[in-house]
Amino acid sequence: MARVVGMIGTSHVPAIGGAIARGAQQDPYWKPFFDGFPPIQRWLADVKPDVAVVFYNDHGLNFFLDNLPTFAVGAAPEYRNEDEGWGIPALGAFPGDPKLSWHVIEQLVRDEFDVATCQKMLVDHAFSIPLKLLWPDAKWPVRTVPIHINTVQHPLPSAKRCLGLGQSVARAIQSWPTEEKVVIIGTGGLSHQLDGQRAGFINKPFDLMCLEKLVDTPEALTGWSTHELVELAGTQGVEILMWIAARAAMGAGRARAVHQNYHIPISNTAAATLLLAPAA
Amino acid sequence: MSSSTTPGQGRPGQGPIPGTTLFDGEQAIKGYALNRMCFSFNDAEHRRAFLENEDAYCAKFSLTKEQRDAVRSRNVLALIAAGGNVYYLAKFAGILGLNVQDLGAQQTGVTVEEFKARLLRAGA
Repeated sequence: MARVVGMIGTSHVPAIGGAIARGAQQDPYWKPFFDGFPPIQRWLADVKPDVAVVFYNDHGLNFFLDNLPTFAVGAAPEYRNEDEGWGIPALGAFPGDPKLSWHVIEQLVRDEFDVATCQKMLVDHAFSIPLKLLWPDAKWPVRTVPIHINTVQHPLPSAKRCLGLGQSVARAIQSWPTEEKVVIIGTGGLSHQLDGQRAGFINKPFDLMCLEKLVDTPEALTGWSTHELVELAGTQGVEILMWIAARAAMGAGRARAVHQNYHIPISNTAAATLLLAPAA
Repeated sequence: MSSSTTPGQGRPGQGPIPGTTLFDGEQAIKGYALNRMCFSFNDAEHRRAFLENEDAYCAKFSLTKEQRDAVRSRNVLALIAAGGNVYYLAKFAGILGLNVQDLGAQQTGVTVEEFKARLLRAGA
């Protein structure tokens, strides 16, 4: 059966795309963030996953308020990004894996996660920037299964529900009848707030606690209401939901932190990077 | 939709978060036209059309007077009060050449340098 080789969490701030396009990775402002990636890139080159399941939140590229799913699973042969209104570079086609997507969808609905399914789907910076950070040459060596979680419009799914979503994806991978290696990616966060007089809100102690709990006790992060999460992490800090789902998709076994980076600020965001691998 | 008495402030029994408008059902209804226009800015041709004739472009989306005034003012807090969602508004900000530090400074009433310094202090 397929197996999960690890989980990668990373922030997905749009300005990262601009920094990459300008070649600014070694500028003093950006270096502390980009320095978090070479160890993960080396790990990927060594482990060579075949597939990436990516939990991310669309920011109004593919989905509008006329038709906004809480959870949506991509089931397309390929996915493309667009400039999103700010000139984000197009990165070409990200390969999909429709068969695995449908296997995941079957498992999710069996587990009563009644997801939207997308045979055509634009992916935004929350998907494209993490992949570009992980594979800078943009020769995508993995097929991808994008899973979108709504953070645009409240009510958002609870942290507990996102944990359950990830656990269901773990079951799907465990029953995928191949010998393939799967890496789980969760993108977004950590604490930040873009809107309102509270813009610029960052909560370092909360973020560091989240990074610690994600390793082996992600369920400890599921007790908060969305309202409380906004208070603790900011209106956009709720993107921790992607990390919780991604950690759960590793399965119930213990994990170890292979690499971690945390830096304030990148743009308005407390930026974090985390690589977990199964402990055994 | 939220059943709160104050739109955008979350459920009853959970005090409002200062300086924060949760984009809930009430805000989504209120802001639909404005957000639909901002969503259209994903397309470069639409951005050009807005810049060429702002009045005509806004008219196509049937903005409310409050929304039209907020767009004219380029004031982010007014755009949010008119139902704007930050993710769609960001595409409008892109047209204006504003980044999220510019938006943060404007909303918090400080200079961009002061806003950036505040972010740096959060990491200390």
